[in-house]
Amino acid sequence: MSTSGTSRMHRSEHRWALLFVAAPVVGYLLFTLYPVCMAFYTSLTNSNGLGIARFVGLDNYVRVLSDGYFLQSLFNTFFYMIGIPIGLALSLALAIGMNRAIPLRSALRTIYYVPVISSLAAIAILWQWAYNGDFGLVNQVLAWFGIEGPNWLADKDFAKPAIIAMAVWKGLGYSMILYLAAIQSVPRSLYEAAELDGANGWQKFRAITLPMVQPVTFFLVVTNVIGGAQIFTEINIMTPQGGPELSTASAVWYIWRQAFKYQQMGYGTAMAIVLGLLILVITLIQFRLNRRNNFVLD
Amino acid sequence: MTTTQTEQTSALNGGFPPASRPVRRKLGRQATTRIADGVTFAVLAVGAIVMIAPLLWMVSTSLKTKIEVFALPPVWIPEVPQWDTYVRMWEDSLILSGFQNSIIVSLTVTVIGTFTCALAAFALAKMRMPFRNAIFIGLLSGIMIPFPTLMIPQFVMFSKIGWVDTLLPLIVPAIFGNIVMIFFLRQYLENVPNSIVEAAKIDGASYWQIFWRLILPIIRPAVAAQFILWFMAVWNDYLAPILYLNTPERQTLQVVIANMNVQYATQRDYPLIMGASFVALLPILVVFLVFQRQIVESVALTGSKG
Repeated sequence: MSTSGTSRMHRSEHRWALLFVAAPVVGYLLFTLYPVCMAFYTSLTNSNGLGIARFVGLDNYVRVLSDGYFLQSLFNTFFYMIGIPIGLALSLALAIGMNRAIPLRSALRTIYYVPVISSLAAIAILWQWAYNGDFGLVNQVLAWFGIEGPNWLADKDFAKPAIIAMAVWKGLGYSMILYLAAIQSVPRSLYEAAELDGANGWQKFRAITLPMVQPVTFFLVVTNVIGGAQIFTEINIMTPQGGPELSTASAVWYIWRQAFKYQQMGYGTAMAIVLGLLILVITLIQFRLNRRNNFVLD
Repeated sequence: MTTTQTEQTSALNGGFPPASRPVRRKLGRQATTRIADGVTFAVLAVGAIVMIAPLLWMVSTSLKTKIEVFALPPVWIPEVPQWDTYVRMWEDSLILSGFQNSIIVSLTVTVIGTFTCALAAFALAKMRMPFRNAIFIGLLSGIMIPFPTLMIPQFVMFSKIGWVDTLLPLIVPAIFGNIVMIFFLRQYLENVPNSIVEAAKIDGASYWQIFWRLILPIIRPAVAAQFILWFMAVWNDYLAPILYLNTPERQTLQVVIANMNVQYATQRDYPLIMGASFVALLPILVVFLVFQRQIVESVALTGSKG
């Protein structure tokens, strides 16, 4: 075949290929890139979303840093992340258990996974009622053990732990499935070799299981932090007013309220950009740390 | 599993009966394993009860009378199940329109979006194209921008063209494709040899035919799994719908039940709230129970590929 024939064929392939990727590229430009550029501009104005916006320079960003409510909501958002290590430890333990030859394994796995697929709105409604001080499931069960539970979501000190417990409950099955897949792909010969060397269960866990599931741990930490930083649905449904003294308000909840309830689009966007950058920086740091960890392991 | 392991070990010994001491040790170990399995099962079973109890309580509450809901000591199982809850919820509320709106959004998004994603993944994995990697990495960079950062400018954009209070802002951006799905389908296609595409080209098949007749059947399992996961995500979405949908009749199911939660709590009608919430999670629960294996497998894959 002549060179010109080949290049004509390639050009036709190029055209078709570009046509096939056109939709996501256009979608990216219209619904991601353009809004991002708009966000930076809007964050420098006092826009209310409707009328003419006045340019106010960095005023919104100055205000972000001095807004006690925003800082409080940011603190709450990170506080909720205490649930991440708790959830990972529990789900790893569950996965190790599920990996044994126990009866009803697949039925158990299904049960643990049901909260994961359940609608978060429905689950939040359910738990709001379950945390009711007098008639909720949680306190009624605690009463069996002679414990008088607080009115969880209305109590400044107990509201956040209550939301964390719910989030752990909902996410457990997902991490468990990922850990289980990772554990099952560990070659059995590693454990057998360790057994020959007289390693006990804990030593096998520390020296084999934990390092072998490390990529999954990393994946889960990164995605959970990104997701956790955007926590909104359960906050808005379980504590519509942001909890006692704004003790449950999350960053996204506060941004949403300022932008859509009080029409402070400019200020809301500035906070949203600060949150987006925080997520980005934290994610990059995690990738850095992970690289260093892997290096040490090698 | 443990027994096969020991059998294998003795087979390795050449089938000779091992010396007596190792046998005793092996038996001891087997017994400990069995006890450990039993304890593990007990712990996991108790855990499973904790996991499922809130959902059972939700269903049981939906079948109670209002009096039973507030009874002390608590009533765990309603004396006469109030099936009426599941009848009156369709009359007194917007559950039906919520269902319709959720189905419209979820199906349109996933059907058209899956098609765009598959087409793009084919081009990005198997076709020659200028700046192929740059385009892919560019699209991938979109993942790094969280929705809350985009939601305000997107809202302003859609309000300017009069799309607020319609389902369009929930549908239109999504049908242009979803980079996570493109990523996984492209990954899947990496394992398909280029030679079959080349062979089809030599046979004179057009690129469209290659996609439709050759590629799509190959990637169908991956497409199906991603389709279900995406459908669940859209069905369960709450933040975007509450930004855009004001008129009660135009709201999706998740927003409808959230509003019912506020409205009926003042009337203390918790059976209705719990029943409606249960109905809202039921379709996905059924989908999950039917496609359990595929869903769990593709989720497990997510972790190893990510």
